[in-house]
Amino acid sequence: MSHILTMIAQRLALGLVTLFVVSLIIFLGTELLPGDFAQEILGQSATPETVAALREQLGLNDPMHIRYLGWLTDIVQGDFGESLANGQSVAGLIGGRLVRTLQLASYAAAIAVPLSLVLGILAALFRNSFFDRFANASALSSISFPEFFVAYILIFLLAGANGAFPSTAINISRGDPNFTEYLHVAFLPALTLTLVVTAHMMRMTRAAIINLLSSPYIEMARLKGMSPMRIIVKHALPNALAPIINVVALNLAYLITGVVVVEVVFVYPGLGQLMVDSVAARDMPVVQGVALIFAGAYVLLNLTADVLATLSNPRLVHRR
Amino acid sequence: MTQLTNMTSPSRRGVLKGATAIGAAALVTPWGTPLRAQPVSGGTLRVGMAHGSTTDALDPGSWEADFMIFQAHTRNNYLTEIAADGSLVPELAESWEASADAATWTFTLRSGVEFHSGHILTADDVIASINHHRGEDSTSAAAPIVADITDMTADGMNVVFTLSAGNADFPFVLSDYHLPILPAQADGTIDPNTQDGCGPFRIAEIEFGVGARYERHEGYWKEGLPYFDAIEQVVIFDDAARQNALISGDVDYIDTADLNTVHLLERAPGIEILSVTGTQHYGLPMDTRAAPFDDVNVRMALKFGINRQQLVDTILNGYGSLGNDHPIGPGQRYFNTELEQREYDPDRVQFHLREAGMESLDVDIHLADAAFAGALDAGVLFAESASAGGINLNVVREPNDGYWSNVWMQKPFAGTYWGGRPTEDWMFATAYAEGVPWNETYWSNDRFNELLVSARAELDEDLRREQYFEMQQIVSDEGGIIIPMFAAYVGAYSDRLAHPEQIASNWRNDGHRIGERWWFAS
Amino acid sequence: MGFLTGLLWLAAAIIAAMAAGWLFRTAAVAVTPRGVSKELKTAPLTASFGMLMIIIYILVAFLAPVIAPFSETEVVGPEFMFPGDDPAFVLGTDNLGRDMLSRMIYAARNTVGIAFVTTALAFIIGSVLGLLAAIVGGWLDQLLSRTVDVLMAIPALIFALLLLTIVGTSIINMILVIAVIDSTRVFRLARAVAMNIVVMDYVEAAKLRGEGLWRLITREILPNAMAPLVAEFGLRFCFVFLTISALSFLGLGIQPPTADWGAMVKDTATMITFGNVTPLLPAAAIALLTVSVNFVVDWQLHRASGLKE
Repeated sequence: MSHILTMIAQRLALGLVTLFVVSLIIFLGTELLPGDFAQEILGQSATPETVAALREQLGLNDPMHIRYLGWLTDIVQGDFGESLANGQSVAGLIGGRLVRTLQLASYAAAIAVPLSLVLGILAALFRNSFFDRFANASALSSISFPEFFVAYILIFLLAGANGAFPSTAINISRGDPNFTEYLHVAFLPALTLTLVVTAHMMRMTRAAIINLLSSPYIEMARLKGMSPMRIIVKHALPNALAPIINVVALNLAYLITGVVVVEVVFVYPGLGQLMVDSVAARDMPVVQGVALIFAGAYVLLNLTADVLATLSNPRLVHRR
Repeated sequence: MTQLTNMTSPSRRGVLKGATAIGAAALVTPWGTPLRAQPVSGGTLRVGMAHGSTTDALDPGSWEADFMIFQAHTRNNYLTEIAADGSLVPELAESWEASADAATWTFTLRSGVEFHSGHILTADDVIASINHHRGEDSTSAAAPIVADITDMTADGMNVVFTLSAGNADFPFVLSDYHLPILPAQADGTIDPNTQDGCGPFRIAEIEFGVGARYERHEGYWKEGLPYFDAIEQVVIFDDAARQNALISGDVDYIDTADLNTVHLLERAPGIEILSVTGTQHYGLPMDTRAAPFDDVNVRMALKFGINRQQLVDTILNGYGSLGNDHPIGPGQRYFNTELEQREYDPDRVQFHLREAGMESLDVDIHLADAAFAGALDAGVLFAESASAGGINLNVVREPNDGYWSNVWMQKPFAGTYWGGRPTEDWMFATAYAEGVPWNETYWSNDRFNELLVSARAELDEDLRREQYFEMQQIVSDEGGIIIPMFAAYVGAYSDRLAHPEQIASNWRNDGHRIGERWWFAS
Repeated sequence: MGFLTGLLWLAAAIIAAMAAGWLFRTAAVAVTPRGVSKELKTAPLTASFGMLMIIIYILVAFLAPVIAPFSETEVVGPEFMFPGDDPAFVLGTDNLGRDMLSRMIYAARNTVGIAFVTTALAFIIGSVLGLLAAIVGGWLDQLLSRTVDVLMAIPALIFALLLLTIVGTSIINMILVIAVIDSTRVFRLARAVAMNIVVMDYVEAAKLRGEGLWRLITREILPNAMAPLVAEFGLRFCFVFLTISALSFLGLGIQPPTADWGAMVKDTATMITFGNVTPLLPAAAIALLTVSVNFVVDWQLHRASGLKE
């Protein structure tokens, strides 16, 4: 067990390094983008004089490394800085949106993860049957459609004049809905995300289990006369957990960091839109802040996945 | 002031394609019957808008997206206002008069105008508000349009503006959306981040890129206005989401309808389409300093190689009118009615190519949909039609991201859009005069520049008209920009809303003033 | 009533697909040499149908100029004609009046080609590095894993947007950028699977026998890590279509007027909210190919697992 704790400590330290490198990459990447904040925010109405004045005012004329170090000094003191565009505090801008993003991600995950595990196990149990093929084909079809298109189809089928659900999540930004209202308003975005991530997790569950079914110990269990369901759940699943956990972690990270398209289609005020807008305007403090949040979420999920995967394999826990 | 002629076409019949089949039974309102009853007060107007960003700001100098411009007219008042019929009417300024050379202007302010904070309008507020955009270190997008003001002085409720040269259209400039009147602070400046204003509504809540909520300003000086109790404004980027929100009743009004599907939206029960054509135009500017565009024959060949009617029919789905390679709209005061409409003509393309000493022409055009909606498709159609005349036009797709800083005015042949300007002088001076920052074709024509200065201070109506006619002719024949179409502003609204007979065409959303001009039908 | 008719159509489609699969398998078994035909006989009907579809897609892609009734870019009629409005345009016309069928056919060429090259590249990079990291371990594993951690910690779409805006959006750049970003996902999976295998006794034994690195990878690890990797391939292939489509949502996709299914869905997607089926055509083309590829993958997966039932 101490091995695990050491590993967690190590990984958390590495996580900090990861965050640092990510902030460096994002900073350099945004710097390399053609055009700077002063040009982008003035857009078509920019003149050389106003661009120069704006740069002067916001300190954009300082060399790159000075600006980065300035930001870094603030961030280690817990200060995310202020948006170049409107002077609002980055922490404030991110705060409310982060909550909404996490709400939506949890909602989708609460449907998608159990659904895909159950479907994956059933597909492995009834492999090559009609059920298996049908579940696979439907899941695959749903991820062959671009996200926004899945969303449009769901809206067409389930929302609109006589539909049961609202076509947009506008009401979320209009006021704080209570829990059941939230479940109702955010159902279509959550369902869209579910359809997007289920196929991946379900297929990995199925593949990882089937991959083990010809192992000698499974043969043994089968010869003992164990029921197929029991073999899969008791013997195959524990050993197939590592790749499954990995894929689940990846998809959970996606639910937090990759949903800008769903946010746009359902008018859901989350972090993705903030990131895209800020990159477009080269509003560096906001870009950096959101990137840190995304990277942090990824690092934590990844760490959890690795810890769980290690725990699931005694050989890794007691590595020789 | 001369009256602007009517530049609107409030009847949808005029702009709709004749082929549109109409399920007559589904339409509650018979054609042509105006929805005009006595305006009534009350209700919350919910508006869905296509453009707005989390990087918007309260500083008036930074306003660019429709979200903030709508906010501007909902929260603020201006010295002058462009009325729905296009004429200039007093708002915070009761009256104004010019010196004989049109270089000194005296504006008399309305007395007793109350801000949301209770502050009463003074001349100092006006001077502080305009000064915010002036000066060496101004970061305002409006800096160029107030650059001609050399001095401002207050005299009781009068403000005297001194200009560097005569400008007969100066009162129009003060209606620009960047120039709202905000309260002055003790040090004689405005706080650019204030939420105060003296317009019909005060801001209750605003979250950039998401939405805003406004409540009626009870002390508003305009008698009986506004009609609505409150306004909710939401940013809905996605075309389909915006239309769905309107159809399902989540909003009452959307500022932009997707032109690809507007004929389908029209058939939805209880939905009305709002379409006005004014000065908004799309263009393809060429750098007239760079080969091959430095040859006027090459520019002419390209102008004849574009099929304007096809672009209006496909890209605008019929919601617009033909452009004639100059930026003046058909509804404007000095629109040149004698200029022949340029048509698609492959023979003329070949003729002009031969004049330029070429057999065929290979050029790249750099486009992104950021330039205008449908720019890439327009480029593809242009390439198809131009090929018949021997022009091989290669459409290069540029990222939307950074389009205005990296492509526009950087690549020799690109795309652009202009909301247009209310006066001929303003438009020409902004983008066609020699050496101005937004001269996107780097074009310079001595005769044109001469006319621009003389027409600006010319007070004789006929002489002025003559000069503007000639300027349009010069831009059309020798200028560096192809202007194939004037695009209508197309929005849609629930039939529970009612509006005055005349809809303004200087901007979307009834000049962005639907907050004080519209009401709920019952 | 509508639901029942729908079910009926679905059943008919499945039966037709299975019949096509059966016919294809019979024909293929008859014309291929012994070794191949023996393998083919074991293919389930779904996999046969998948193979048939893949072959048809490849044929369509290669023969596009021959079978398409019109050119890829030519405006041939009025815009937004529906299937059946005019017999000359079987699938109607798009928003500019170009023939939908011809664009669909040409898009097979562009879309499938790009997706295949990208996925293959991502797999070669990702799995080789992933297996190496698992076997060699130590600093190499640390270096590669941490690099991948950093790259994956940046949201893929944002990263692609950054990179493509910096390097420009030629097709080559797009393939490289998507492949590099995708390969990080493959790396993680390959490493995770291989880690479990590396600690197996038979690998220890092989190491003790003094087997070289290359032999370890190809003979001991890869055969046992193949199944999850193959399953992943089928999915990654499909994700490339989606990435391209999402990029055109952000204005960075393939250069117009080149036809591509992802962009075609995007261009017409709003029609679906009015119950118009036009955008379903390119979307269905992507879905059919994805399902077909994965049916074949499933069959191979089953064979690789060594299950005899």
